[in-house]
Amino acid sequence: MTSLIDRRMGIFLAGLFVLTVAVPIGNLAFEGKVVPSYIVSLLGKYLCYALLAVALDLVWGFCGILSLGHGAFFALGGYAMGMHLMREIGDRGVYANPDLPDFMVFLSWDQLPWFWMGFDNFWFASLMVMLVPGALAFLFGWFAFRSRVTGVYLSIITQAMTYALQLAFFRNEMGFGGNNGLTDFKDVLGFPLQSDATRAGLFVCTAIALAAGLLIARAITTSKLGMILVCIRDAESRTRFMGYRVEGYKLFIFVVSAMMAGVAGALYTPQVGIINPGEFSPANSIEIVIWVALGGRGTLVGAALGAILVALAKTLFTGWFPEFWLFALGGLFILVTLFLPKGVLGLIEDTFARKKKPAPALQEAKA
Amino acid sequence: MSVHLLLDGVSRSFDGYKAINDLSLAVDKGELRAVIGPNGAGKTTMMDIITGKTRPDSGGVWWNQTVDLTRIDEAGSARLGIGRKFQKPTVFETHSVEENIALSLKAERSVLATLFHRQTAAEAARITELLELVRLEGDRHRPAADLSHGQKQWLEIGMLLAQDPELLLVDEPAAGMTDAETMRTAELLRSLAGKHTVIVVEHDMDFVRALDCRVTVLHQGHVLTEGSLDHVSANPEVIEVYLGR
Repeated sequence: MTSLIDRRMGIFLAGLFVLTVAVPIGNLAFEGKVVPSYIVSLLGKYLCYALLAVALDLVWGFCGILSLGHGAFFALGGYAMGMHLMREIGDRGVYANPDLPDFMVFLSWDQLPWFWMGFDNFWFASLMVMLVPGALAFLFGWFAFRSRVTGVYLSIITQAMTYALQLAFFRNEMGFGGNNGLTDFKDVLGFPLQSDATRAGLFVCTAIALAAGLLIARAITTSKLGMILVCIRDAESRTRFMGYRVEGYKLFIFVVSAMMAGVAGALYTPQVGIINPGEFSPANSIEIVIWVALGGRGTLVGAALGAILVALAKTLFTGWFPEFWLFALGGLFILVTLFLPKGVLGLIEDTFARKKKPAPALQEAKA
Repeated sequence: MSVHLLLDGVSRSFDGYKAINDLSLAVDKGELRAVIGPNGAGKTTMMDIITGKTRPDSGGVWWNQTVDLTRIDEAGSARLGIGRKFQKPTVFETHSVEENIALSLKAERSVLATLFHRQTAAEAARITELLELVRLEGDRHRPAADLSHGQKQWLEIGMLLAQDPELLLVDEPAAGMTDAETMRTAELLRSLAGKHTVIVVEHDMDFVRALDCRVTVLHQGHVLTEGSLDHVSANPEVIEVYLGR
């Protein structure tokens, strides 16, 4: 059987560990002179994206479900955490209303809607971070997979799902802050969000979540269940004739993936300081697919790497030539599709393999 | 002998075209049966109906005279003990030969059972046994994609046997095999009869002769005649629709 931590996973986790130790120390011990505070939050955001990419790789890379709506699960997780952070503000809002968030006072609501109940409690909110995206994925998957909707049709309805949610969340009547979303957060579990120590703490939490997400994903994909997922990806009908109920397997991995995306979103909100309906936009979900394709589909580590690389490129590019970012992203995607079928990770691994075994001709002669 | 599989007046049409037309067929437990017929005779649709992939418009399909096969899906039929080998060999290309067999082994098929599954010594021994039977022992760690067409046929037969089905539906197993391999396949299928019920769909007459069993001739979704190969080949109708062409 394949081991849980193979070479690529080991190297990635080691790198992540070094980052997790070095970044907070570089920030806190030198009062932001070595690693500026904004970099800490920026890197934290990248790691959230990486976790989201791992979640998508689970369903797309291993089970062949090309979800173009994974941003929705991410955003729902983000909103669930955002709702808790809104409740944490208490009477420190602009209107100083101890019972209602500012936007509800502004809309002249006189009481908290029922679906905001319980979000005062951090642990309840943390549970919802996984349960809400998980429940949506279950409901959606139950109908889609049982009706045997596959391929491009499934991709289109996932896209429609996230778009519908975006439109719904734009409406003020929904009770999630409408266009502006949720923002102006003060603290989490009593730690002020503006302080460097809290930011460093959130960064470390995100790194741990990413490592845990990678290990869970790896454990699933190396199990017998993981091998069946690949069977479904490669020959779905054949898998059914072997006695496996394909819809059950798809539903399982879709729900796990949605929950993972929800956690990524929950970690994203406090580090970015805002969650709004823009996160549901279909373009966001498509970008996740690009991360995974670019990094290397079906490799988990590659997906995480792809997310980080693209996010980094986006930060740099939008700083240098803001108008050209989308062209650069599109170009990058075309280049990878044409020349790097195994993604960046595949390129790196092939390069190393070639260095180790200098003569490929010799290898062929041996075989 | 009890009837293992019974098709009773089954009909199915696609857009007005009657692929299966009042088809009745009874196969006894442990019997080896060959089904022949020209292209478009409805052989594949018949298999689709037996395995729950396609629902008949009318008629009944009975398993062990008690279970209604028209009410179950593909996975359900596999769980009852119906194993199917496809005309075009479909193996899982990215998995190794050994893994292909391991995934086919008779075992609990639920999501949780497979998530926490650990391979037992008995399973490992069974895998090796099957690999030796289909002569792929030396290729066990290669990806299935690397196998030749004939080897893939054998791997798929191994996967079918791994499921340990009560009924084997085998669609053109000899396609792409050498003459020697074809004979070996016939021998293997003959040896399975008795313990398993086997239905073989085939075009190759030498292969059918080697199976040495009762033959059903299908034509336009209907049974034309049934009997020994010599008996059916002497039938003028059969000669006209099939052998004569």
